[in-house]
Amino acid sequence: MSIILDKVNYVYGEGTAYQTQALSDINLELKDGQFIGIIGHTGSGKSTLIQHLNGLIKATSGAIYFNGQDIYDEDFDLRELRNRVGLVFQYPEHQLFETTIFDDVCFGPKNQGLSKGEAGLRAFEALRSVGMPESLYYQSPFDLSGGQKRRTAIAGVLAMKPEVLILDEPTAGLDPAGRDEILDLIAAMHKERGMTVILVSHSMEDVAKYVERIIVMNQGRVMYDDAPKEVFRHYKELESVGLAAPQVTYLMHELKERGLNVNTEATTVLEAYESLLGVLRKGRA
Amino acid sequence: MLRDITLGQYYPADSVIHKLDPRVKLSAAMIYIISLFCCKGIAAFFAATVFLITVIKLSKVPFQFMVKGLKAIVVLMLLTAVFNLFLTPGKPLVSFLIFTITEEGLKNAVFMAVRLTYLILGTSVMTLTTTPNGLTDGLEKSLSPLNKIGVPVHVIAMIMSIALRFIPILIEETDKIMKAQMARGADFETGNLIRKVKNMIPLLVPLFVSAFRRADELAMAMEARCYNGGEGRTKMKPLRYQAKDRIAYLILFGYFAAVIVCRIFLPWPA
Ligand SMILES: Nc1ncnc2c1ncn2[C@@H]1O[C@H](COP(=O)(O)OP(=O)(O)OP(=O)(O)O)[C@@H](O)[C@H]1O
Ligand SMILES: [Mg+2]
Repeated sequence: MSIILDKVNYVYGEGTAYQTQALSDINLELKDGQFIGIIGHTGSGKSTLIQHLNGLIKATSGAIYFNGQDIYDEDFDLRELRNRVGLVFQYPEHQLFETTIFDDVCFGPKNQGLSKGEAGLRAFEALRSVGMPESLYYQSPFDLSGGQKRRTAIAGVLAMKPEVLILDEPTAGLDPAGRDEILDLIAAMHKERGMTVILVSHSMEDVAKYVERIIVMNQGRVMYDDAPKEVFRHYKELESVGLAAPQVTYLMHELKERGLNVNTEATTVLEAYESLLGVLRKGRA
Repeated sequence: MLRDITLGQYYPADSVIHKLDPRVKLSAAMIYIISLFCCKGIAAFFAATVFLITVIKLSKVPFQFMVKGLKAIVVLMLLTAVFNLFLTPGKPLVSFLIFTITEEGLKNAVFMAVRLTYLILGTSVMTLTTTPNGLTDGLEKSLSPLNKIGVPVHVIAMIMSIALRFIPILIEETDKIMKAQMARGADFETGNLIRKVKNMIPLLVPLFVSAFRRADELAMAMEARCYNGGEGRTKMKPLRYQAKDRIAYLILFGYFAAVIVCRIFLPWPA
Protein backbone atom coordinates (compact mmCIF):
# COMPACT_ATOMS: atom_id res chain seq x y z
CA MET A 1 0.00 0.00 0.00
CA SER A 2 1.30 3.43 -0.85
CA ILE A 3 0.74 6.87 -2.25
CA ILE A 4 1.88 7.27 -5.83
CA LEU A 5 2.27 10.55 -7.67
CA ASP A 6 2.36 10.34 -11.42
CA LYS A 7 3.63 13.36 -13.38
CA VAL A 8 2.02 15.85 -11.04
CA ASN A 9 2.11 19.50 -12.09
CA TYR A 10 0.68 22.42 -10.19
CA VAL A 11 0.29 26.03 -11.27
CA TYR A 12 -0.85 28.76 -8.88
CA GLY A 13 -3.13 31.43 -10.31
CA GLU A 14 -3.48 29.87 -13.72
CA GLY A 15 -4.58 32.39 -16.30
CA THR A 16 -3.68 35.46 -14.23
CA ALA A 17 -0.76 37.83 -14.36
CA TYR A 18 0.83 36.15 -11.38
CA GLN A 19 0.99 32.61 -12.67
CA THR A 20 3.64 30.45 -10.93
CA GLN A 21 4.52 26.89 -11.69
CA ALA A 22 4.94 25.47 -8.17
CA LEU A 23 5.41 21.80 -9.10
CA SER A 24 6.76 20.29 -12.33
CA ASP A 25 6.45 16.64 -13.26
CA ILE A 26 6.64 15.10 -9.81
CA ASN A 27 6.88 11.31 -9.81
CA LEU A 28 7.06 9.72 -6.38
CA GLU A 29 6.14 6.56 -4.59
CA LEU A 30 5.63 6.95 -0.85
CA LYS A 31 5.58 3.45 0.61
CA ASP A 32 3.73 2.49 3.77
CA GLY A 33 5.69 2.68 6.98
CA GLN A 34 8.48 4.89 5.68
CA PHE A 35 9.87 7.87 7.54
CA ILE A 36 10.46 10.43 4.82
CA GLY A 37 12.05 13.86 5.00
CA ILE A 38 11.36 16.61 2.48
CA ILE A 39 13.88 19.43 2.27
CA GLY A 40 14.27 22.33 -0.12
CA HIS A 41 14.86 26.05 -0.14
CA THR A 42 12.07 28.52 0.58
CA GLY A 43 9.54 28.48 -2.23
CA SER A 44 10.70 25.18 -3.69
CA GLY A 45 7.22 23.70 -3.51
CA LYS A 46 7.32 21.58 -0.35
CA SER A 47 4.09 22.86 1.15
CA THR A 48 2.37 22.67 -2.20
CA LEU A 49 3.51 19.08 -2.68
CA ILE A 50 2.25 17.81 0.66
CA GLN A 51 -1.14 19.44 0.24
CA HIS A 52 -1.63 17.23 -2.79
CA LEU A 53 -1.24 14.11 -0.71
CA ASN A 54 -4.58 14.49 1.05
CA GLY A 55 -6.41 16.10 -1.83
CA LEU A 56 -6.52 19.67 -0.51
CA ILE A 57 -5.04 20.91 -3.76
CA LYS A 58 -6.02 19.38 -7.05
CA ALA A 59 -3.10 18.88 -9.41
CA THR A 60 -3.24 20.95 -12.59
CA SER A 61 -2.25 17.79 -14.43
CA GLY A 62 -1.13 14.32 -13.44
CA ALA A 63 -2.59 11.66 -11.19
CA ILE A 64 -2.32 10.60 -7.56
CA TYR A 65 -3.12 7.08 -6.36
CA PHE A 66 -3.87 6.25 -2.76
CA ASN A 67 -3.65 2.49 -2.21
CA GLY A 68 -4.18 2.00 -5.90
CA GLN A 69 -7.24 4.25 -6.20
CA ASP A 70 -7.17 7.44 -8.23
CA ILE A 71 -8.03 10.18 -5.74
CA TYR A 72 -9.44 12.41 -8.48
CA ASP A 73 -12.06 9.81 -9.40
CA GLU A 74 -15.67 10.98 -9.22
CA ASP A 75 -16.61 8.46 -6.54
CA PHE A 76 -13.45 8.68 -4.46
CA ASP A 77 -14.22 9.87 -0.93
CA LEU A 78 -11.83 12.73 -0.22
CA ARG A 79 -13.01 13.14 3.37
CA GLU A 80 -12.11 9.53 4.05
CA LEU A 81 -8.69 10.20 2.56
CA ARG A 82 -8.22 13.17 4.90
CA ASN A 83 -9.12 10.97 7.85
CA ARG A 84 -6.34 8.61 6.93
CA VAL A 85 -3.74 11.14 5.83
CA GLY A 86 -3.25 13.68 8.62
CA LEU A 87 -1.63 16.98 7.76
CA VAL A 88 -0.21 19.47 10.26
CA PHE A 89 0.17 22.85 8.61
CA GLN A 90 3.13 25.18 8.77
CA TYR A 91 1.30 27.84 10.78
CA PRO A 92 -0.77 26.49 13.67
CA GLU A 93 -2.70 29.76 14.02
CA HIS A 94 -4.66 28.68 10.98
CA GLN A 95 -6.60 25.99 12.73
CA LEU A 96 -7.20 26.94 16.38
CA PHE A 97 -10.72 28.24 16.91
CA GLU A 98 -12.46 26.62 19.90
CA THR A 99 -12.92 28.16 23.33
CA THR A 100 -10.62 25.64 24.99
CA ILE A 101 -7.61 23.71 23.85
CA PHE A 102 -9.28 20.45 24.73
CA ASP A 103 -12.34 21.17 22.55
CA ASP A 104 -10.10 22.22 19.73
CA VAL A 105 -8.26 18.92 19.75
CA CYS A 106 -11.66 17.14 19.82
CA PHE A 107 -12.66 18.80 16.54
CA GLY A 108 -10.93 16.26 14.28
CA PRO A 109 -12.14 13.10 16.04
CA LYS A 110 -15.70 14.49 16.19
CA ASN A 111 -15.63 15.10 12.45
CA GLN A 112 -14.65 11.46 12.08
CA GLY A 113 -17.98 10.58 13.65
CA LEU A 114 -16.69 9.49 17.06
CA SER A 115 -18.86 9.97 20.14
CA LYS A 116 -18.12 12.78 22.56
CA GLY A 117 -16.59 10.41 25.06
CA GLU A 118 -14.33 8.72 22.57
CA ALA A 119 -13.26 12.02 21.05
CA GLY A 120 -12.41 13.25 24.54
CA LEU A 121 -10.28 10.21 25.21
CA ARG A 122 -8.42 10.68 21.97
CA ALA A 123 -7.87 14.36 22.72
CA PHE A 124 -6.58 13.58 26.18
CA GLU A 125 -4.14 11.03 24.86
CA ALA A 126 -2.92 13.29 22.06
CA LEU A 127 -2.43 16.32 24.30
CA ARG A 128 -0.49 14.27 26.80
CA SER A 129 1.73 12.78 24.15
CA VAL A 130 2.76 16.19 22.78
CA GLY A 131 3.69 17.22 26.29
CA MET A 132 1.08 19.88 27.03
CA PRO A 133 0.76 20.46 30.77
CA GLU A 134 -2.67 19.46 31.99
CA SER A 135 -3.28 22.81 33.62
CA LEU A 136 -3.60 24.36 30.15
CA TYR A 137 -6.22 21.99 28.72
CA TYR A 138 -9.15 24.24 29.50
CA GLN A 139 -7.60 27.55 28.53
CA SER A 140 -8.20 29.47 25.36
CA PRO A 141 -5.85 28.40 22.56
CA PHE A 142 -5.32 32.04 21.65
CA ASP A 143 -3.53 32.78 24.91
CA LEU A 144 -0.79 30.23 24.27
CA SER A 145 2.78 30.87 23.24
CA GLY A 146 3.83 30.01 19.70
CA GLY A 147 5.38 26.70 20.72
CA GLN A 148 2.34 25.68 22.76
CA LYS A 149 0.05 26.56 19.86
CA ARG A 150 2.11 24.31 17.65
CA ARG A 151 1.86 21.43 20.10
CA THR A 152 -1.90 21.90 20.25
CA ALA A 153 -2.11 21.91 16.48
CA ILE A 154 -0.08 18.72 16.26
CA ALA A 155 -2.26 17.10 18.93
CA GLY A 156 -5.33 18.10 16.92
CA VAL A 157 -4.12 15.97 14.04
CA LEU A 158 -2.66 13.13 16.13
CA ALA A 159 -6.04 12.70 17.83
CA MET A 160 -7.44 11.59 14.49
CA LYS A 161 -5.03 8.63 14.48
CA PRO A 162 -4.04 8.95 10.83
CA GLU A 163 -2.21 6.20 8.97
CA VAL A 164 0.00 8.73 7.25
CA LEU A 165 1.19 11.74 9.20
CA ILE A 166 2.51 14.76 7.34
CA LEU A 167 4.15 17.60 9.24
CA ASP A 168 5.07 20.91 7.63
CA GLU A 169 7.98 22.30 9.62
CA PRO A 170 6.65 21.09 12.96
CA THR A 171 9.60 22.38 14.94
CA ALA A 172 9.62 26.01 13.81
CA GLY A 173 9.22 28.17 16.89
CA LEU A 174 10.17 25.46 19.38
CA ASP A 175 13.17 25.54 21.72
CA PRO A 176 15.82 22.80 21.25
CA ALA A 177 14.39 20.67 24.06
CA GLY A 178 10.84 21.01 22.71
CA ARG A 179 12.05 20.22 19.22
CA ASP A 180 13.71 16.98 20.29
CA GLU A 181 10.67 16.07 22.36
CA ILE A 182 8.25 16.45 19.44
CA LEU A 183 10.52 14.69 16.96
CA ASP A 184 11.20 11.83 19.39
CA LEU A 185 7.47 11.48 19.89
CA ILE A 186 6.89 11.30 16.15
CA ALA A 187 9.72 8.81 15.74
CA ALA A 188 8.24 6.66 18.50
CA MET A 189 4.83 6.65 16.84
CA HIS A 190 6.42 5.74 13.57
CA LYS A 191 8.10 2.80 15.23
CA GLU A 192 5.21 1.59 17.40
CA ARG A 193 2.27 2.07 15.12
CA GLY A 194 4.11 1.64 11.84
CA MET A 195 2.74 5.02 10.80
CA THR A 196 4.08 6.56 7.60
CA VAL A 197 5.62 9.91 8.48
CA ILE A 198 6.51 12.71 6.10
CA LEU A 199 8.50 15.50 7.67
CA VAL A 200 9.11 18.83 5.96
CA SER A 201 12.04 20.57 7.53
CA HIS A 202 14.74 23.15 7.04
CA SER A 203 17.01 21.50 9.59
CA MET A 204 19.43 19.05 8.05
CA GLU A 205 20.32 17.75 11.52
CA ASP A 206 16.71 16.81 12.26
CA VAL A 207 16.26 15.17 8.91
CA ALA A 208 19.54 13.24 9.11
CA LYS A 209 18.78 12.01 12.60
CA TYR A 210 15.29 10.66 12.03
CA VAL A 211 14.42 9.87 8.45
CA GLU A 212 15.29 6.91 6.27
CA ARG A 213 14.68 8.66 2.97
CA ILE A 214 15.14 12.25 1.85
CA ILE A 215 13.37 14.01 -0.98
CA VAL A 216 15.15 17.19 -2.03
CA MET A 217 12.98 19.74 -3.80
CA ASN A 218 14.42 22.43 -6.02
CA GLN A 219 12.28 24.89 -7.97
CA GLY A 220 9.27 22.61 -8.04
CA ARG A 221 11.20 19.52 -9.09
CA VAL A 222 12.55 16.53 -7.23
CA MET A 223 16.31 16.97 -7.23
CA TYR A 224 17.34 13.94 -5.15
CA ASP A 225 15.31 11.12 -3.66
CA ASP A 226 17.48 8.72 -1.71
CA ALA A 227 18.81 7.61 1.68
CA PRO A 228 20.34 10.44 3.78
CA LYS A 229 23.90 9.19 3.25
CA GLU A 230 23.50 9.23 -0.51
CA VAL A 231 21.85 12.63 -0.56
CA PHE A 232 24.39 14.32 1.70
CA ARG A 233 27.21 12.96 -0.42
CA HIS A 234 26.12 15.68 -2.86
CA TYR A 235 26.68 18.39 -0.29
CA LYS A 236 28.35 20.67 -2.81
CA GLU A 237 25.31 20.56 -5.09
CA LEU A 238 23.02 21.05 -2.12
CA GLU A 239 24.89 24.20 -1.24
CA SER A 240 24.42 25.53 -4.74
CA VAL A 241 20.63 25.41 -4.25
CA GLY A 242 20.72 27.10 -0.87
CA LEU A 243 20.81 23.98 1.30
CA ALA A 244 23.56 22.32 3.26
CA ALA A 245 24.58 19.00 4.75
CA PRO A 246 24.53 18.45 8.53
CA GLN A 247 27.36 20.12 10.42
CA VAL A 248 29.03 16.81 11.22
CA THR A 249 29.32 15.97 7.55
CA TYR A 250 31.45 19.07 7.07
CA LEU A 251 33.46 18.23 10.15
CA MET A 252 34.15 14.72 8.90
CA HIS A 253 35.22 15.96 5.49
CA GLU A 254 37.52 18.46 7.14
CA LEU A 255 39.07 15.82 9.38
CA LYS A 256 39.58 13.54 6.43
CA GLU A 257 41.38 16.30 4.53
CA ARG A 258 43.66 16.80 7.49
CA GLY A 259 44.66 13.16 7.35
CA LEU A 260 42.36 11.45 9.84
CA ASN A 261 40.78 8.40 8.22
CA VAL A 262 37.24 8.96 9.43
CA ASN A 263 34.00 7.93 7.78
CA THR A 264 32.82 10.92 5.73
CA GLU A 265 29.38 9.41 5.34
CA ALA A 266 28.47 10.04 8.95
CA THR A 267 25.40 12.27 9.06
CA THR A 268 24.50 12.24 12.75
CA VAL A 269 26.52 13.15 15.80
CA LEU A 270 26.31 9.58 17.04
CA GLU A 271 27.70 8.11 13.83
CA ALA A 272 30.47 10.69 13.79
CA TYR A 273 31.30 9.92 17.38
CA GLU A 274 31.59 6.19 16.72
CA SER A 275 33.68 6.67 13.62
CA LEU A 276 36.03 9.08 15.40
CA LEU A 277 36.33 6.80 18.39
CA GLY A 278 37.19 3.88 16.13
CA VAL A 279 39.90 5.85 14.34
CA LEU A 280 41.39 7.18 17.56
CA ARG A 281 41.44 3.73 19.19
CA LYS A 282 43.14 2.29 16.14
CA GLY A 283 45.65 5.12 16.21
CA ARG A 284 46.54 4.37 19.79
CA ALA A 285 46.75 0.62 19.33
CA MET B 1 -12.58 30.09 -6.35
CA LEU B 2 -11.82 33.02 -4.08
CA ARG B 3 -9.23 34.27 -6.47
CA ASP B 4 -11.63 35.16 -9.24
CA ILE B 5 -12.23 38.64 -7.90
CA THR B 6 -10.70 40.95 -10.48
CA LEU B 7 -12.04 44.36 -9.58
CA GLY B 8 -9.15 46.42 -8.39
CA GLN B 9 -6.59 43.93 -9.58
CA TYR B 10 -3.44 45.36 -10.99
CA TYR B 11 -1.88 43.86 -14.10
CA PRO B 12 1.82 44.70 -14.27
CA ALA B 13 3.05 45.67 -17.72
CA ASP B 14 5.32 48.23 -19.26
CA SER B 15 3.07 50.57 -21.20
CA VAL B 16 2.37 54.26 -21.73
CA ILE B 17 -0.91 53.95 -19.87
CA HIS B 18 0.78 52.35 -16.87
CA LYS B 19 3.24 55.20 -16.67
CA LEU B 20 0.67 57.98 -16.69
CA ASP B 21 0.07 59.91 -13.50
CA PRO B 22 -2.74 58.22 -11.55
CA ARG B 23 -4.59 61.54 -11.44
CA VAL B 24 -4.78 61.54 -15.22
CA LYS B 25 -6.25 58.06 -15.19
CA LEU B 26 -8.75 58.94 -12.49
CA SER B 27 -9.97 61.98 -14.41
CA ALA B 28 -9.96 60.00 -17.63
CA ALA B 29 -12.17 57.31 -16.13
CA MET B 30 -14.55 59.95 -14.84
CA ILE B 31 -14.70 61.90 -18.08
CA TYR B 32 -15.12 58.70 -20.04
CA ILE B 33 -18.11 57.70 -17.92
CA ILE B 34 -19.67 61.13 -18.36
CA SER B 35 -19.03 61.01 -22.08
CA LEU B 36 -20.78 57.64 -22.33
CA PHE B 37 -23.93 59.17 -20.96
CA CYS B 38 -23.64 62.16 -23.27
CA CYS B 39 -23.37 59.88 -26.28
CA LYS B 40 -26.20 60.13 -28.72
CA GLY B 41 -26.15 58.61 -32.15
CA ILE B 42 -23.86 56.23 -33.96
CA ALA B 43 -21.11 58.77 -34.54
CA ALA B 44 -20.63 59.52 -30.83
CA PHE B 45 -20.57 55.83 -29.96
CA PHE B 46 -18.06 55.29 -32.71
CA ALA B 47 -15.80 57.88 -31.08
CA ALA B 48 -16.20 56.19 -27.68
CA THR B 49 -15.35 52.81 -29.20
CA VAL B 50 -12.25 54.07 -30.98
CA PHE B 51 -11.05 55.80 -27.79
CA LEU B 52 -11.58 52.69 -25.67
CA ILE B 53 -9.94 50.29 -28.12
CA THR B 54 -6.94 52.58 -28.53
CA VAL B 55 -6.45 52.84 -24.79
CA ILE B 56 -6.82 49.08 -24.28
CA LYS B 57 -4.30 48.41 -27.05
CA LEU B 58 -1.86 50.91 -25.58
CA SER B 59 -2.20 49.43 -22.08
CA LYS B 60 -0.81 46.03 -23.20
CA VAL B 61 -3.21 44.26 -20.84
CA PRO B 62 -4.52 41.08 -22.49
CA PHE B 63 -8.14 41.50 -23.47
CA GLN B 64 -9.23 38.44 -21.48
CA PHE B 65 -8.43 40.27 -18.23
CA MET B 66 -10.72 43.12 -19.21
CA VAL B 67 -13.56 40.77 -20.04
CA LYS B 68 -13.35 39.07 -16.64
CA GLY B 69 -14.90 42.10 -14.98
CA LEU B 70 -17.81 41.91 -17.42
CA LYS B 71 -18.90 38.47 -16.26
CA ALA B 72 -20.03 39.91 -12.94
CA ILE B 73 -22.55 42.22 -14.57
CA VAL B 74 -23.96 39.97 -17.28
CA VAL B 75 -27.19 39.49 -15.35
CA LEU B 76 -27.60 43.18 -14.70
CA MET B 77 -26.99 43.89 -18.36
CA LEU B 78 -29.54 41.34 -19.55
CA LEU B 79 -32.14 42.72 -17.15
CA THR B 80 -31.65 46.30 -18.30
CA ALA B 81 -31.75 45.23 -21.91
CA VAL B 82 -34.98 43.26 -21.45
CA PHE B 83 -36.71 46.07 -19.55
CA ASN B 84 -35.67 48.63 -22.11
CA LEU B 85 -36.72 46.37 -24.94
CA PHE B 86 -40.25 45.73 -23.75
CA LEU B 87 -41.19 48.69 -21.62
CA THR B 88 -40.24 51.67 -23.77
CA PRO B 89 -43.31 53.28 -25.32
CA GLY B 90 -43.11 54.35 -28.97
CA LYS B 91 -43.61 53.12 -32.51
CA PRO B 92 -44.37 49.36 -32.41
CA LEU B 93 -41.93 47.21 -34.36
CA VAL B 94 -43.14 43.67 -33.62
CA SER B 95 -45.74 42.49 -31.17
CA PHE B 96 -46.71 39.05 -29.93
CA LEU B 97 -49.09 38.10 -27.12
CA ILE B 98 -48.88 40.98 -24.67
CA PHE B 99 -45.33 41.96 -25.57
CA THR B 100 -44.52 44.78 -27.88
CA ILE B 101 -41.08 45.75 -29.05
CA THR B 102 -40.86 49.33 -30.13
CA GLU B 103 -38.27 51.00 -32.27
CA GLU B 104 -37.25 53.23 -29.36
CA GLY B 105 -37.09 50.21 -27.08
CA LEU B 106 -34.71 48.38 -29.37
CA LYS B 107 -32.52 51.43 -29.66
CA ASN B 108 -32.47 52.02 -25.91
CA ALA B 109 -31.69 48.38 -25.18
CA VAL B 110 -28.73 48.30 -27.54
CA PHE B 111 -27.31 51.64 -26.45
CA MET B 112 -27.72 50.82 -22.77
CA ALA B 113 -25.94 47.47 -23.15
CA VAL B 114 -23.10 49.15 -25.00
CA ARG B 115 -22.87 51.89 -22.37
CA LEU B 116 -22.66 49.44 -19.49
CA THR B 117 -20.06 47.32 -21.25
CA TYR B 118 -17.89 50.34 -22.04
CA LEU B 119 -18.32 51.65 -18.52
CA ILE B 120 -16.97 48.45 -16.99
CA LEU B 121 -14.19 48.13 -19.56
CA GLY B 122 -13.20 51.77 -19.12
CA THR B 123 -12.94 51.55 -15.34
CA SER B 124 -11.17 48.17 -15.60
CA VAL B 125 -8.47 49.76 -17.74
CA MET B 126 -7.88 52.25 -14.95
CA THR B 127 -7.70 49.69 -12.13
CA LEU B 128 -5.68 47.20 -14.17
CA THR B 129 -3.02 49.72 -15.08
CA THR B 130 -2.71 51.56 -11.76
CA THR B 131 -1.38 50.05 -8.53
CA PRO B 132 -3.71 50.40 -5.56
CA ASN B 133 -1.12 52.65 -3.96
CA GLY B 134 -0.99 54.80 -7.06
CA LEU B 135 -4.76 55.14 -7.00
CA THR B 136 -4.90 56.26 -3.39
CA ASP B 137 -1.98 58.62 -3.92
CA GLY B 138 -3.80 60.12 -6.87
CA LEU B 139 -7.00 60.47 -4.89
CA GLU B 140 -5.20 62.02 -1.96
CA LYS B 141 -3.52 64.59 -4.11
CA SER B 142 -6.63 65.39 -6.14
CA LEU B 143 -8.74 65.77 -3.02
CA SER B 144 -6.15 67.62 -0.95
CA PRO B 145 -7.95 71.00 -1.35
CA LEU B 146 -10.68 69.50 0.82
CA ASN B 147 -8.18 69.54 3.69
CA LYS B 148 -8.88 73.24 4.04
CA ILE B 149 -12.50 72.60 4.98
CA GLY B 150 -11.51 70.01 7.55
CA VAL B 151 -11.83 66.76 5.62
CA PRO B 152 -9.05 64.39 6.81
CA VAL B 153 -7.97 63.48 3.28
CA HIS B 154 -4.70 61.86 4.29
CA VAL B 155 -6.37 59.62 6.86
CA ILE B 156 -9.01 58.53 4.38
CA ALA B 157 -6.36 57.77 1.77
CA MET B 158 -4.31 55.80 4.29
CA ILE B 159 -7.34 53.76 5.34
CA MET B 160 -8.12 53.06 1.72
CA SER B 161 -4.64 51.95 0.81
CA ILE B 162 -4.40 49.68 3.85
CA ALA B 163 -7.80 48.17 3.10
CA LEU B 164 -6.85 47.55 -0.53
CA ARG B 165 -3.55 46.08 0.53
CA PHE B 166 -5.24 43.65 2.90
CA ILE B 167 -7.91 42.27 0.59
CA PRO B 168 -5.60 39.77 -1.15
CA ILE B 169 -3.91 38.89 2.14
CA LEU B 170 -7.21 38.07 3.80
CA ILE B 171 -8.34 36.06 0.79
CA GLU B 172 -5.18 34.02 0.98
CA GLU B 173 -5.58 33.60 4.72
CA THR B 174 -9.14 32.34 4.28
CA ASP B 175 -7.88 29.83 1.76
CA LYS B 176 -5.24 28.54 4.18
CA ILE B 177 -7.57 28.29 7.16
CA MET B 178 -10.14 26.45 5.08
CA LYS B 179 -7.51 23.94 4.06
CA ALA B 180 -6.22 23.47 7.60
CA GLN B 181 -9.75 22.76 8.84
CA MET B 182 -10.59 20.52 5.90
CA ALA B 183 -7.51 18.50 6.80
CA ARG B 184 -9.21 17.88 10.14
CA GLY B 185 -12.40 16.75 8.49
CA ALA B 186 -14.31 20.05 8.43
CA ASP B 187 -17.04 20.23 5.82
CA PHE B 188 -17.91 23.56 4.22
CA GLU B 189 -20.11 22.33 1.42
CA THR B 190 -22.89 19.96 2.43
CA GLY B 191 -25.84 20.31 4.80
CA ASN B 192 -28.73 22.75 5.12
CA LEU B 193 -28.34 26.45 5.73
CA ILE B 194 -28.15 26.30 9.54
CA ARG B 195 -25.56 23.53 9.41
CA LYS B 196 -23.57 25.44 6.84
CA VAL B 197 -23.53 28.54 9.02
CA LYS B 198 -22.48 26.49 12.02
CA ASN B 199 -19.75 24.85 9.97
CA MET B 200 -18.35 28.30 9.19
CA ILE B 201 -17.33 28.88 12.82
CA PRO B 202 -14.00 27.00 12.49
CA LEU B 203 -13.23 29.28 9.54
CA LEU B 204 -14.46 32.60 10.86
CA VAL B 205 -12.92 32.51 14.33
CA PRO B 206 -9.30 32.10 13.17
CA LEU B 207 -9.91 34.58 10.36
CA PHE B 208 -11.11 37.30 12.72
CA VAL B 209 -8.42 36.54 15.25
CA SER B 210 -5.76 36.85 12.60
CA ALA B 211 -7.29 39.99 11.07
CA PHE B 212 -7.29 41.73 14.45
CA ARG B 213 -3.80 40.51 15.20
CA ARG B 214 -2.58 41.82 11.87
CA ALA B 215 -4.24 45.17 12.42
CA ASP B 216 -2.64 45.40 15.83
CA GLU B 217 0.77 44.50 14.53
CA LEU B 218 0.51 46.92 11.65
CA ALA B 219 -0.46 49.75 13.97
CA MET B 220 2.46 48.92 16.18
CA ALA B 221 4.90 48.71 13.28
CA MET B 222 3.69 52.08 12.00
CA GLU B 223 4.09 53.68 15.39
CA ALA B 224 7.50 52.12 15.83
CA ARG B 225 8.48 53.99 12.68
CA CYS B 226 7.10 57.23 14.04
CA TYR B 227 4.01 57.50 11.90
CA ASN B 228 1.75 60.19 13.30
CA GLY B 229 -0.63 61.14 10.55
CA GLY B 230 -0.34 63.33 7.50
CA GLU B 231 0.86 66.51 9.19
CA GLY B 232 4.17 67.56 7.67
CA ARG B 233 4.59 64.22 5.96
CA THR B 234 6.36 64.28 2.62
CA LYS B 235 6.35 61.65 -0.09
CA MET B 236 9.27 59.67 -1.40
CA LYS B 237 7.83 59.82 -4.90
CA PRO B 238 5.62 62.90 -5.06
CA LEU B 239 3.19 63.00 -7.96
CA ARG B 240 4.23 65.52 -10.59
CA TYR B 241 2.66 66.07 -13.98
CA GLN B 242 4.98 65.43 -16.90
CA ALA B 243 4.81 66.12 -20.60
CA LYS B 244 3.06 62.84 -21.34
CA ASP B 245 0.42 63.61 -18.72
CA ARG B 246 -0.31 66.96 -20.33
CA ILE B 247 -0.59 65.33 -23.73
CA ALA B 248 -2.94 62.75 -22.24
CA TYR B 249 -5.15 65.52 -20.86
CA LEU B 250 -5.21 67.17 -24.29
CA ILE B 251 -6.25 63.94 -25.99
CA LEU B 252 -8.86 63.37 -23.32
CA PHE B 253 -10.44 66.78 -23.81
CA GLY B 254 -10.22 66.37 -27.55
CA TYR B 255 -12.14 63.13 -27.26
CA PHE B 256 -14.76 64.68 -25.00
CA ALA B 257 -15.22 67.59 -27.39
CA ALA B 258 -15.63 65.14 -30.26
CA VAL B 259 -18.40 63.31 -28.43
CA ILE B 260 -20.22 66.58 -27.71
CA VAL B 261 -19.86 67.73 -31.31
CA CYS B 262 -21.21 64.40 -32.56
CA ARG B 263 -24.09 64.68 -30.14
CA ILE B 264 -25.06 68.13 -31.38
CA PHE B 265 -24.46 67.77 -35.10
CA LEU B 266 -24.83 64.04 -35.87
CA PRO B 267 -27.38 62.71 -33.42
CA TRP B 268 -28.53 59.98 -35.78
CA PRO B 269 -30.38 57.69 -34.92
CA ALA B 270 -31.65 59.88 -32.12
N1 LIG C 1 -1.40 30.67 -2.44
C1 LIG C 1 -0.47 30.88 -3.36
N2 LIG C 1 -0.72 31.64 -4.44
C2 LIG C 1 0.21 31.86 -5.39
N3 LIG C 1 1.44 31.35 -5.36
C3 LIG C 1 1.76 30.57 -4.32
C4 LIG C 1 0.83 30.29 -3.26
N4 LIG C 1 1.44 29.49 -2.36
C5 LIG C 1 2.68 29.28 -2.82
N5 LIG C 1 2.89 29.92 -4.00
C6 LIG C 1 4.13 29.89 -4.80
O1 LIG C 1 4.44 28.54 -5.10
C7 LIG C 1 5.81 28.28 -4.90
C8 LIG C 1 5.99 27.14 -3.91
O2 LIG C 1 5.52 27.53 -2.64
P1 LIG C 1 5.50 26.57 -1.36
O3 LIG C 1 4.67 27.24 -0.32
O4 LIG C 1 5.10 25.22 -1.78
O5 LIG C 1 7.04 26.60 -0.93
P2 LIG C 1 7.75 25.90 0.30
O6 LIG C 1 8.78 24.99 -0.27
O7 LIG C 1 6.76 25.31 1.23
O8 LIG C 1 8.49 27.12 0.99
P3 LIG C 1 8.77 27.39 2.57
O9 LIG C 1 10.00 26.63 2.92
O10 LIG C 1 9.03 28.86 2.61
O11 LIG C 1 7.56 26.98 3.34
C9 LIG C 1 6.42 29.59 -4.46
O12 LIG C 1 7.05 30.16 -5.59
C10 LIG C 1 5.29 30.44 -4.00
O13 LIG C 1 5.53 31.78 -4.32
MG1 LIG D 1 6.11 25.75 3.17
